[in-house]
Amino acid sequence: MSRTSIMPGFRPTISFTLLYLSLVVLIPLSTLVFKSFQLSWEDYLNIITNKRVLSSFRVSFITALVAAGIASFFGFIVAWVLVRYAFIGKRFFHALIDFPFALPTAVAGIVLATIFQPSGFLGKFLMQTFGIQVAFKPLGIVMALIFISIPFIVRTVEPVLLEFESSMEEAGASLGATRWQVFTKIIFPNVFPALLTGFALAFARGVGEYGSVIFIAGNIPYISEIVPLLIVTKLEQFDIEGATAIALTMLVISFLLLLLINVLQYWVRKRSGQL
Amino acid sequence: MSHTPPKIVPAKLALRQPRALQDPTWVRWLLTATAVGFISLFICLPLGLVIFQALSKGISTYWSALTQDDTLSAINLTLLVALVTVPLNTVFGVAAAWAITRFDFKGKSLLTTLIDLPFSVSPVISGFIFVLLFGAEGWFGEWLMAHDIKIIFAVPGIILATLFITFPFVARQLIPLMQEMGNQEEEAALSLGASGWKTFWAVTLPNIKWALLYGVLLCNARAMGEFGAVSVVSGHIRGLTNTLPLHVEVNYNDYDVVGAFASASILAALAIVTLILKTALEWKQATR
Repeated sequence: MSRTSIMPGFRPTISFTLLYLSLVVLIPLSTLVFKSFQLSWEDYLNIITNKRVLSSFRVSFITALVAAGIASFFGFIVAWVLVRYAFIGKRFFHALIDFPFALPTAVAGIVLATIFQPSGFLGKFLMQTFGIQVAFKPLGIVMALIFISIPFIVRTVEPVLLEFESSMEEAGASLGATRWQVFTKIIFPNVFPALLTGFALAFARGVGEYGSVIFIAGNIPYISEIVPLLIVTKLEQFDIEGATAIALTMLVISFLLLLLINVLQYWVRKRSGQL
Repeated sequence: MSHTPPKIVPAKLALRQPRALQDPTWVRWLLTATAVGFISLFICLPLGLVIFQALSKGISTYWSALTQDDTLSAINLTLLVALVTVPLNTVFGVAAAWAITRFDFKGKSLLTTLIDLPFSVSPVISGFIFVLLFGAEGWFGEWLMAHDIKIIFAVPGIILATLFITFPFVARQLIPLMQEMGNQEEEAALSLGASGWKTFWAVTLPNIKWALLYGVLLCNARAMGEFGAVSVVSGHIRGLTNTLPLHVEVNYNDYDVVGAFASASILAALAIVTLILKTALEWKQATR
């Protein structure tokens, strides 16, 4: 405990914090681990290596990866434009960035499904002009996950761009670098750790995302069925063991991603000299 | 203030920055157009579509979809869930922030990490763990059945899953802010003889109120809008265990597009109000 403890209230606040944390988060989460102890190693492997389960993991990971990648590219441009340029309606656009955070996922889901379904506003256009079908395909999942990913990328990159010292750019310029060299050799390397953090955050969220995806995905086994939906399906069939094995695998992967994100954020702070 | 004489720079020179410091005009145009196009496609279009679809069959259809019994009971349940979960998680957030930022103890960074844990758990899994606890085959399943208490496929399960999902919101806003503020002001109040409570109400609370409201706002938005976790524990019983987001899903799957988008429009309005308040609070915090 603190040496300078004239501050009151340590015991009640820490007791309440630990109690509430245990009741609401730790005990419920631990049931998943305990439940999985009831499975033998072979049972577990059988469930996880099932073709349909493996396909769902492939669909979830690839779509989340692609979506986080696309969102990183465009999100970086959006953050850049919002920080560096002035244009009409900038404040409005700035406030809208968080809309995917604020909009309930089910609403996002039905809206995106309506836009991209074959009879929908954009779905029809893409189908007739390019012959691309978005809804009920992995591409539809990617669209939903891009929507979800936007604020993660923009809100992680933006503060780093804002705090970026223009003196570094000036030094580069005065030494005769072109604008492209200043960007690729000075600006981008400094923003990159933040961009990577945003990418990892978006990816982690995308892998577990449910509400915004299920309406547009069509949920066709082996093609557009995501892992969270498969857990729900197993539950609806009262296959608790199957759901437990898949959920535990997902949970472990999420924690590894969380660890990676923490390491990345440490790297970002170190680079920007806050440590 | 400064004693150096003002530099006289020819206006033309002063305005012109070196080329390597400025993006060429065509690049500016291209990037701005890309950014605006991207945000319009992925954010403005969905926003506009909710309103368009809800009103596509006219105001009166919209209104009758909204005032259906099932819709009204979904609205009530959503409000009830938020009314229970948001205050609980707010009290927790303040207590946790106080313990973590005002004292030194072992395992502090572990505790901070554990508080963030629900953010990295898939919503579906967040609901599933409560099925494992209280479901028919769960730890307490038999006991609950014997005592005729329903948690899963009933309102308590929805509240528990929402508590889990919205757990970190308030704490996560307060911890960095209170860390940064330090505790000199509180120590001054205490050494002048103020009680612990008085110090909290008169010194701490005024300092953290905007961040606290910000956390409450985000917590509330998520509590009212959560779908995945709630969908696993709710059982989708119309008029009983359907929250508004679940009601959207049920209507949509029944091909009741107007009904689905009418309910969705309330949630979209909630999101917009949240965004407006959020922007206002960010502005308040910046000028604090």
